[in-house]
Amino acid sequence: MTKIILPELGEGITKATIACWHTKVGEDVIAGQEICEAVTDKASFVIEAPAAGRLRSISVDEGKEGLVGGVLGIIE
Amino acid sequence: MIVEDWGLVNYADGFERQKKCVQSVIDGAEDHLVLCEHPPVLTLGRQTHPESLLYQRKEIQERGVAVEHVDRGGDVTLHAPGQLVVYPVFDLNKYGKDLKVYMETLEEVAVDLLKNFGILAISISGQRGVFVEDPAKGGVGPDKIISIGVGVRKWVTYHGLGINVNTDLSLFNLIKPCGLDVRMTSMQKLKGHSVPMGDVKAKVIERFQEHFS
Repeated sequence: MTKIILPELGEGITKATIACWHTKVGEDVIAGQEICEAVTDKASFVIEAPAAGRLRSISVDEGKEGLVGGVLGIIE
Repeated sequence: MIVEDWGLVNYADGFERQKKCVQSVIDGAEDHLVLCEHPPVLTLGRQTHPESLLYQRKEIQERGVAVEHVDRGGDVTLHAPGQLVVYPVFDLNKYGKDLKVYMETLEEVAVDLLKNFGILAISISGQRGVFVEDPAKGGVGPDKIISIGVGVRKWVTYHGLGINVNTDLSLFNLIKPCGLDVRMTSMQKLKGHSVPMGDVKAKVIERFQEHFS
């Protein structure tokens, strides 16, 4: 089981909005695949799958804010 | 830094070229600074609110303005001939991997650029982009002159700035630019005459080389 984490985006940035998920729950992903996009401060940041597997769950839905260092979803 | 001037390029074609550029920088190529202009097009960023389009999409397209969804941050913006579009494709691994610092540096570049043309511009906390006070408005304002919205993939940047040099400002009546109740202005409007695009391009290159070296 691998957590998809919202990475550090810069000093003072504590959260970002998930603009879109490119993968649906239940779909397979490969490591490094673009899996979702986080937006902060007019910058969109592409987040990649940290491991191969199946997207088991999404913790932060599109349009919702995630915390830096927090879990966005789980791959198993 | 490799500088490329693509001239007037269709937005979708330009985006495909930009993606190739991003991949080349991810693969280790030098940073690229791309300059171009686009035929009239509204681009809808990831944070676009439906109410930011003030007309139906069909009406907009009937006016000869294309509409494209894009993977940058921000709301809707307009590109059109006379607006210098700048796409910095930079590897932020070399500049500290900090989106806030990058955005602020873009604003500094923009403010310095306008200073070169005798235009005093400001950035406003909480509102990305660059603004000017229009003396003709008697202190009512400020008007927005440069829009900023970026995308980042593997810490390599794309999208960038729209600098209104000699843009037909009436086209902005189609939208709430960047989702804001703000008026757009241009260097041409502020100076009272058309500004040579070549001069602006030369200064853009200088300012970027100064801030990203």
